[in-house]
Amino acid sequence: MSFLSLSGINKSFGANTVVRDFDLAVESGEFVSFLGPSGCGKTTVLRMIAGFETPSGGTIRVGGADVTALPASRRKIGMVFQAYALFPNMSVRGNVAFGLRIAGMTRAQIDARVAEMLDLIALGHLADRYPYQLSGGQQQRVALARALAPRPNLLLLDEPLSALDAQIRTSLRDDIRRIQRELGITTVFVTHDQEEALSISDRVVVMYKGRADQIGTPAEIYNHPTTRFVAGFVGKLNTFDARVAGTDSLAIGGQEFSGLRRAGLSAGVPLTVALRPEALSLHRRPGDDLSLPGRVQHSSFLGSVIRAQVEVAGQSVSIDMFNRADATLPVAGAPTEVWFTRDDVLVLPEASA
Amino acid sequence: MNRRPPLLSILIALAGAAFFLVPLIATFNFSLRMTRGELSFAAYRSVIESDKFLSVLSFSAVASLMAIALGVLIVVPTAYWVRLRLPHMRPLIEFLSLMPLIIPPVVLVFGYVRLYGTSSILPLTMTETGTNILLVIGYVVLSVPYMYRAVDNGMAAIDIATLTEAAESLGASRLRTIAFVIFPNIRSAIVSGAFLTFSISLGEFVITSLLNRPAFGPYLVQMGQDYAYQPAALAIMAFAFTWVCMVLMELFATRKPGQRLLQWRAPRTVEKAKS
Repeated sequence: MSFLSLSGINKSFGANTVVRDFDLAVESGEFVSFLGPSGCGKTTVLRMIAGFETPSGGTIRVGGADVTALPASRRKIGMVFQAYALFPNMSVRGNVAFGLRIAGMTRAQIDARVAEMLDLIALGHLADRYPYQLSGGQQQRVALARALAPRPNLLLLDEPLSALDAQIRTSLRDDIRRIQRELGITTVFVTHDQEEALSISDRVVVMYKGRADQIGTPAEIYNHPTTRFVAGFVGKLNTFDARVAGTDSLAIGGQEFSGLRRAGLSAGVPLTVALRPEALSLHRRPGDDLSLPGRVQHSSFLGSVIRAQVEVAGQSVSIDMFNRADATLPVAGAPTEVWFTRDDVLVLPEASA
Repeated sequence: MNRRPPLLSILIALAGAAFFLVPLIATFNFSLRMTRGELSFAAYRSVIESDKFLSVLSFSAVASLMAIALGVLIVVPTAYWVRLRLPHMRPLIEFLSLMPLIIPPVVLVFGYVRLYGTSSILPLTMTETGTNILLVIGYVVLSVPYMYRAVDNGMAAIDIATLTEAAESLGASRLRTIAFVIFPNIRSAIVSGAFLTFSISLGEFVITSLLNRPAFGPYLVQMGQDYAYQPAALAIMAFAFTWVCMVLMELFATRKPGQRLLQWRAPRTVEKAKS
């Protein structure tokens, strides 16, 4: 029995359906991210779990109990918002203590718990500051401490890093994950940033048009996308038009490759295959067994990575290669060979209507 | 690069200032001349020492404070609810809040007298208390445009919806959210609205006079008819009082949490918000 379970969740605002048939089971202590473009319904699902929106259909269970009809204030769910939402009239200490005071704890209990939480986010020295005296990163850490202080059953994070600058975003992301592991709290995290979702989560739910397109571990999502949307949305992808050639082969750019046959399709059927930029190379690497001829269009040096744009089979293809001290930049206009392995070729399902 | 001060601008500013200051200075000067041949505060003394003055002033002050309390109780939850749940109704509510500026108080008070007069189901004007209630309600109506605007602006400055959700997710009921989160954060806006309400109600004449209440406004007018120097003294005192209200408003409005009312010293760092 999973700790948080959503079954058959639907949500419409008037004639506009934003979430359709959403099912999800989250295990206790698991960190799950909702990833998707804006308007995909990820925040709406989170707000339904929090109790700020009521589902048009379906049930939400936390720890086995049906909370669908319970108001937000009685769900014992901690929430962190994109805009911090600290109470401006209260100090850091007052903010963290708020939920504990509501819960009716004694002053001694509150003081002890607040000190413990401020230790956790390493902001004990700022306990008497007010929100307007803190940086964005500090405010968001306080918001996290405030949400966790009353020992909620569930932690919900609504794009908590979006308003922060890049460096703080990475360090706070690591802090969130560390604290989540320390407390073992079941967590749902909403983001539109794929790197964030992939790096922080046990499992990722990729959402598209109100549905869960794919649910899986970060590696599964990236390496084995099951829908065309997931393949295109998560990571960069080079796509080729291909055609089923024989019983065991596909034709890509006039060349036939064996061992790539997608089951159940007859010869001549067009389909799309895809390759990640890092799966391609201009040099043959150990294990590379397939190649296509091409012509270098341009290349750029990005520090750890050399990125080349190569024309292959009439298409422009991105190639990422690790930089080495002895590496030379590919010369524009030079004919070349693009290498990859059979296993890296993703055969994409046809776009659903 | 040595630019000359813009002479024309200075002249215009001086003329503008004179427009307000000359009558004020003249009135002040006049108010000091009750005792022939010397400048003294005799007129002020005469006003302050009169029993009538104290009784009308305290009546008006109490009525104004009740109007503030009632106004806050009506306006704050309304503005909160409109912003939170009925944002599409805001233009309508804003328009309604302006009605007291459009409808003259004399129309308002005659409406009251007809509606709550002798032959009404609710004959408020038949008793002293009933008439006082009508007076306070009248003050509330007159102050709604200012109170609503002040409170609504105060709410615009903070993210009402998200703060409410944050408080709810921490277990707070709606009432507790309003009391502990919303109210303290728009306190300076409420205080501004309260001072405006106070200064409007204190000298209000039309409603007060037509309801025949023993309040400050009608007293001021009566004095003007009966005496020479005392009204000038009263006018100066009323003016000074309004200025004090404005200064207090400014102080409350610009104060940040955790700071002293007047910032002579660094922001205090002792724990404050928990009590």
